[in-house]
Order: sequence, then structure tokens, then C-alpha cells
Amino acid sequence: MEPQSELLKINKNEYLAQQKSKLEDALEMGLTKDEYNLICEKIDKIPNITELGIFSAMFSEHCSYKSSKKWLKTLPTEASHVIQGPGENAGVIDIGENLAAVFKIESHNHPSFIEPYQGSATGVGGILRDVFTMGARPIALMNALRFGSPDQPLTKYLVSGVVKGIGGYGNCIGIPTVGGETNFDKSYDGNILVNAMAVGLAKKDRIFYSAATGAGNPVIYVGAKTGRDGIHGATMASAEFTENSTEKRPTVQVGDPFTGKLLLEACLELMNTNAVLSIQDMGAAGLTSSSVEMASKGSLGMNLNLDLVPTRENKMSSYEIMLSESQERMLMILKPGSEKKAKSIFDKWDLDFANIGEVTNTGRLILTKHGFEACNLPLEPLVEDAPEYNKPFEIKAIKKVLKPSDLKTNLTIIDILKIIFKNPNIASKKWIWEQYDSSVMGDTIFANGDSDASLVKIHGTEKKGSFGKGLAITTDCTPRYVKSDPIIGGMQAVCEAARNIASSGAKPLAITNNLNFGNPDKKNVMGEIVGSIKGISEAASYLSTPIVSGNVSLYNETNGKSILPTPVIGMVGVIDKVENSLKISAEPDNVLIALGQSENFKAGWVGCSIYQEIINKKYDGAPPPINLENEKKVIEIILKLNEQKLLTAAHDISDGGLLTTVCEMLFKYDLGLDINLPSNLINCDSYDPLLQSWCFGEDQARIIIATKHIKKVQLILKENNIDFFVLGETNSSSNLNLKNITTISIYEIKNLNEKTIPSMMGDQQ
Amino acid sequence: MRSGVVIFPGSNCDRDMIVAIRKITGKTPIKIWHKEYDIPNLDLIVIPGGFTFGDYLRCGALAARSPVITSIKNHISRGGTVLGVCNGFQILIEAKILPGSLIRNKKLLFTCRETTLEVQSCIENPFLSGLKIGECLKIPVAHNEGNYFASKDLLKQLKEEGRIALKYIKQKDNEKNYNPNGSTEDIAGILSNNGKVLGMMPHPERAINYLHGGTDGLKFLTNCVEQIIG
Repeated sequence: MEPQSELLKINKNEYLAQQKSKLEDALEMGLTKDEYNLICEKIDKIPNITELGIFSAMFSEHCSYKSSKKWLKTLPTEASHVIQGPGENAGVIDIGENLAAVFKIESHNHPSFIEPYQGSATGVGGILRDVFTMGARPIALMNALRFGSPDQPLTKYLVSGVVKGIGGYGNCIGIPTVGGETNFDKSYDGNILVNAMAVGLAKKDRIFYSAATGAGNPVIYVGAKTGRDGIHGATMASAEFTENSTEKRPTVQVGDPFTGKLLLEACLELMNTNAVLSIQDMGAAGLTSSSVEMASKGSLGMNLNLDLVPTRENKMSSYEIMLSESQERMLMILKPGSEKKAKSIFDKWDLDFANIGEVTNTGRLILTKHGFEACNLPLEPLVEDAPEYNKPFEIKAIKKVLKPSDLKTNLTIIDILKIIFKNPNIASKKWIWEQYDSSVMGDTIFANGDSDASLVKIHGTEKKGSFGKGLAITTDCTPRYVKSDPIIGGMQAVCEAARNIASSGAKPLAITNNLNFGNPDKKNVMGEIVGSIKGISEAASYLSTPIVSGNVSLYNETNGKSILPTPVIGMVGVIDKVENSLKISAEPDNVLIALGQSENFKAGWVGCSIYQEIINKKYDGAPPPINLENEKKVIEIILKLNEQKLLTAAHDISDGGLLTTVCEMLFKYDLGLDINLPSNLINCDSYDPLLQSWCFGEDQARIIIATKHIKKVQLILKENNIDFFVLGETNSSSNLNLKNITTISIYEIKNLNEKTIPSMMGDQQ
Repeated sequence: MRSGVVIFPGSNCDRDMIVAIRKITGKTPIKIWHKEYDIPNLDLIVIPGGFTFGDYLRCGALAARSPVITSIKNHISRGGTVLGVCNGFQILIEAKILPGSLIRNKKLLFTCRETTLEVQSCIENPFLSGLKIGECLKIPVAHNEGNYFASKDLLKQLKEEGRIALKYIKQKDNEKNYNPNGSTEDIAGILSNNGKVLGMMPHPERAINYLHGGTDGLKFLTNCVEQIIG
């Protein structure tokens, strides 16, 4: 009897998977004709279906970064505090006291649009695994979300599902979700963004990496069983959406946070022994990318017997096993002889533990199923020969500078302020945040907008007289600026993130980025990618905050319409004494001072601002320029003032400008303020565009501080040549007065701020 | 004081509770794995929060069938003290150690926020005896199923026996959402008929440091410890 016909009898799926592929198969898997020919040439044979599936996953945009790699290489990734830059499961930085912060951000955009709960939940699960794979206990979660127009009925459904999914995973696994951002724009109507970030803590000398070591060492599969879910998810994530995309629901993975929690505890327990040599989670492209990357990073090979992989369903083929994206699985190389001890830990946590093969020195990935060779591929072409495209690009930037006088309106300052706080992009996200457990682990100091950055205490660093160190975390991006000018937009995202970290009292240290764009085959989209990477690089170098990890998500388009370019910056900083951290809320009898704003500052930058959009109904003009020297100065001075304990609160000026920022600082204690105005604006009326631009302009490099020590602070600011403008002293009146021009009730604005999102979501409170 | 914290697969507030108790007593509580039948004689057993067994089936339902529950029941029958917080409260109810049920929050949403609790007049117990009746404590909640439900008869019985220990209360007259989950009569915690077992939804271990925004959880737990060691 022919061996292959024997296989047909045992498992028809497997028989089909071992048949030679055709060009049509490659095209169906998202490869191009050129890529298929390249594969055949490099491996010197026509691949079978399983082998082709493995190639298509490794060559997908999601795994190979083929469109962006050329530009990603230009990002600054090094600094003395960087322990591990991009290329591992997550980035690692030194935070002192023999500790390391391990963090990464990752997108789960397409799955979350198709199935919002599972898509976002597995996004959280996946990023957590990336962090604990490195030996770190995750201590905080963040997320950056972008939804379509608030008045679209689908938006409500997606917000509700995504928020439940993020909470569903994070709350159950017991890692606090401490902050992030949620924004709305019609460009995301058919393609939402769900970017999840996780931060973990490890001992500096106990970091685990993925490179396989030692031919003959056992390859161990642990965690959940493999099912038919998420097959080819990485390929789906690398294609544009059409109206029929919801038909792809079966390719969305299903998350199980309970198993995730068991896997987390079991892995960390095992890592406490000396058994683990290397480890990698099975994320995108599952067993394929984990086995290929581990073996190739170690310049070794791997033999796996797929009959030994724990499966959830019968008669799975080698193709399905290799391409499944079932969640909560890990691949490890163990020290020979430690298998028994390791297995007992996984038994305790009721998780599968299977010795599925061994490391070899052949440089090949060899897979067997039912005793037949299902795959025999050289590793080098899988990793090294993934195409790297130099796609044509055009960086378009709007140069037209709008002047305040270009904006004519019959709206008063109060009218505008009300419109701002009725805008779900600005309004309080409390309705969302309350659905996330932000206080589990007992180390949360500031979550969800209490401070410009979220802050968690570092467990175990408490000392006599101090609660110890803290990690500050933020995510930022202003997509409308990036759209208008990709380079400035990229710089602004980094600068605002750094300002946020500094405004919490922490020193900005490093970045993880999530680059979300449309179809890179379009010149202008490629220009957005290239431009924003240039901007990010310039600002990150200048501020010494290197990029240590990240993720690229392309093809965020539906029916040819691209999203706003959204390069999200996740930044981490450190504060040595958490008790010195800064919140945004001013206290009674504080003096508010705008740093970075000179007394001669007469008109605000209106181009591309929320204010300008309110007046013109559409964003227009060049975004506010970035002066990196000023950004650095304002960050350094705030840290200096805070070191001397001269500050009560700090809040950076961003969306909505100065007056919006002041209101947010007054909300918590219902404070009032008689605000000083520059002399040329004192006689203006409430309709005056110049005064309005002063209130709502979005000039960068500004932070408002609250202090009880005005004289000392002024002295230090003058000594350091910092521009500043004293806004006035807070009082208990709950009225914000602009001289005789207008009086704003903080109660009323605060009420709007809190009602906007609940009423959008139909929650009558 | 000898104390122990029970750990099930999916418990996630065990470390937080251990930190809190150690802060008060200076001694680290022992960890009790859910498969243990024999547990040493302890002054206090705490069942911490979490999502035991993923909260699959019903919250606490699977944990309530673990071997350790038998040991906890023995501990209670010897007059031992047990505190169940959040998922721990749900487990005590599923194990029928405490009566009533905890159903989905009224708005069907997970809720994490600070609440204000009022100490009720109740039977002699080691949890509240050192605190004043009517005293307010600010302690956060974080749960999906904390809506305490009891039949009219049970409610009457709980009142008569003085077993309603903690209620959510308003801070301001016009405050609407002071009760985070819609529980019957704003109940946040109830006692067993001998007063030695308390189940409560709020997390005292999350309010033990002024940097958390308050230390009322520390006050609550410190009082427990003082009452127990006398």
C-alpha cells in the first residue's frame, strides 16, 4: 500500500495538507505571485500546503513588517538604560535597584471590529503573555482606543463590546487597567483601533529570552489546547476590510482569562526554578512563529511531532495546528532532566504540558504527523528572505497657518467651552474606566485621569520614610495633527507623552509604539508612515526616550477609505518616591502658572485645534509647531520644581487649550479662579477671536502647575529662563472669571464633562 | 495572630490581602491551597477576591465545591472566624455558609470605584465591634456580581438577628449612584448567625495607604485583628 493512501485513511485533512501547493493556494493565503516564486526558489522545491501556510504567516505584514521594516530600522532604540530593544517579545529597561520594566503595546484592530468582546479581550491576553514570557509579572494595563463617529449606532455597540472585553480579560486575570485614551472620529467608522499595552516588572538579572539553545534539548508545549480558532489570523490582520469582513468572525480567537491567569502563575513559578532556557508565547501565527523564531534566533533547528500537541478537536491537520491562534499557549526549551519538576508545576495549575520535540542543529524545521513528514523547511528563508519593500511615498503636509482673525464666530467663550466638554473626545471617560478594575494588586496610585500619567507603585521597593518607586505610564497620539503634518504629528505624540509623564512627577524613560495606518500601497499613506516615523525618531532621540518595542498595524481601511494616521506612543517613566507624584487637581489657595507661555504670548495657535474645528466644522491648517528645546526645558523644570516639593499639581495643555486645562484642574474640589489676561486682551469681548485663541489655542510645550510657593517657584523659573504666565490663585467660589468679560460656572462645566459619555451610551445614570 | 489566606485557581486578591494583614500584624499569613483538607488551627481565615475558576458556571460555585471548603466549615463549627471579600463573599454564599445570593449588578456592568459604607447595629462580632455604629468607611468595590438579593423572609430574619453588617450610604442628599450594584436595602456585607463569618463586597485591602486615596480599609482590618486577638 502506498504510504500516502495510508495517510488518507487515517486523516484526510492531513493528507490534503501534505499535497503540493499551487499558485492559487498562495494567492488565497495572501502571498503575491513573486513571493510564491521566491519561496519555491529558496527552498528548492514546491512547498506542500502546510509549508506554504507557514511561509504565508511568516511573510505576512503582521509577522514580517515587510512594508515598514526599512523605516522601523531608523528608530532610535538605544540608551544606557535599555536592556532589550525591539525584536523580543517585549522591550526591557533598567529602572534601578536591580529591577527592570518590561513593556509593549500591540494592536488587535481587525478582530475587535469583527467581534468586539473577544477581539479586545484576546488583545489584552496577548500583550500580557508578551510581558510575562520575559519573566516579568505584569503590573499594569493601558489601552488606546479609537472609535467611529459617536452618532453612528455601530459605535455604541463597538464601544460597549470593546470596553467589556478589555475589562473581561484584565479584571479576571487580576492586572489593573490604569488608563489610556478613547477617541472618536468618523475615519474609524469601519475600522476601529484597539491597542493594548502591558507593563511588567522583573529582576534585571532574571529576564527570559526566546532564542533556542542546545541541540537535543526538549521543546515543551504548555497552556491551553490547540483548536481550530484564529487560523490565519495574522493574514487577516494584514488585509483591507470589505463589507463582508464580518464573515471572518471564525478567524477571531477566543480568550480565556482564567486559563491565562493559570498560565501566568505556572510560568512565573517555573521561571523561579532554573529549568527554563528559553520561552516564547504563541501569539500571532501561533506555533509557526514561536517555533520558527526560537529556532532561528538560536541559529538552530527544531523537530516537532505534531501528534503530541494537545488538541481540542479531532483530526486536526498539521496545517491547522501550525496556523491556529488558540490563546493561552507557550513554547519553551527546558534544561534536559528538568521536565518532571516542570510538569508537576503545570499539573498543579491544571494545564497541559507536552514534550513535543527537540532542538536540532540542522537549521531546519521538521514536522511529523502520523509518522509522515508534514514539513521540512530551511529556517533561514522563512526569516531572512521575508520581503522588505521600499514602497513609494509622499509626505504631504499642510503649511497654511491659520490666524485667529481667520475664524469668525458668534459663539462666546462659554458657548465654546460647553461644546468642548460635550465632545466625547474631551469629556470624562469615567463611564468606561469604572468598568475596568484599576485597583487590584493594591499598588495603583493614580489611574484614569487622576494624573496626566497613570502611576503604579513598584511592589517591594518600600523603604524607611518612603513608599518606594513608581512607574508612570501614558499613551498618546493626536491623529488630526499627524494627518495635517505627519512629521510634526509624530513629534507631537512623543512630546505630549513625555510631558504627561513629567506632569505626574516621573522622568520619561522609553517608548513602545503602535503604528496604525491605512494601506501602505498608497503613496500618501506610506508618506504618513515614513513622516511620522521621522517625527517620532527626532523627538525620541532629543528627549532620550528610545523605542524598545512596538507593533505595526497596516491596511486599516474599509472600502478604500483609510483611518486617520494613528501612531500611538506608549511611554514609561520612573519616579523614585511615589509620595512625590503629582495629580492634575489643584487645591484651594494654589497659584496656577502656565509654563512655556510667555507674558507676551498674545495669540494662540488655532490651526488643527478642537476650537478651530468647532468654528469651521472641519479641521484645517497646519498643526501647532514643535520646538524640542522648549519641550525638554519644560519637562526638566517641572521635575526640578517637584524634586524641591514646590508643586501641588500639574496638567499639560493639549486638546482644547489653556482654558480647558484650567477647568480640568478646578473640577475635583469645585474651585474658582480669577484668571489674569495679557494686557492686550483685557478690553476684549467674549467673541473676540484673539482672546478665544488665547483660551483655546493648542500651542505645545506648555504645562500648567499649581503651587503654594509662588515666590520660590518664580525665582527658579527666572533663574532657568523659563517662560511663564501667572494665571491666578484658586478660590472656593467655583467660578472661573475672565476679568469683566465672562464668568464660567465650574459646576456646570463639570456636570457636562461627566454626562457626555453616559448620555452618548444611553446610560441615564 | 495566626491567619491564613485561601488561594483557588483564579484568586487574584490573595497577595493584596496578605500584604494588608502583614502590615497590621507584622506576620505573614499562611497560604492555604484550595485542595487542602487539613488546615492548622487559625484565628482568622480570609477568602480573598478574584475570579475563582474563571467565575464560570456562577461566581464562586466551583470554588464552593473545593476540598478546602470542608476544612473551612470545620473551622467555623469550632467557632473560628472567617472573612470573605468580593469573590470570597460569593464563595461563602455558594457554599451556603452565608444566606441569600449575589446577582449581576443592576446596570449589568462591572463596577470599580470607591463606595461609602456605614457600620450597622448588629450582633456581637469580631469585625465591627470596635467601630462606632453609624461610622462611615470609604472602601472601593470592583465586581460584576455584587447585587445582594434576599427574599422578604430572609431579609426579615437577617434584620431581626442583627446580621446586616455594612450598607452603602449617600454622601450627599442628591447622590444617586451611591449603591454600586443595586443590592437590596443597600446591603454591602452580612454576618453568619454566630457573628463569626462576614461576607462583604468592598475590598478593605485596597484602602490601606493614603496614596490609595484612603486608609479606611486599614482601619477596618486593624479593628478586626484587635478584636480577634482581644
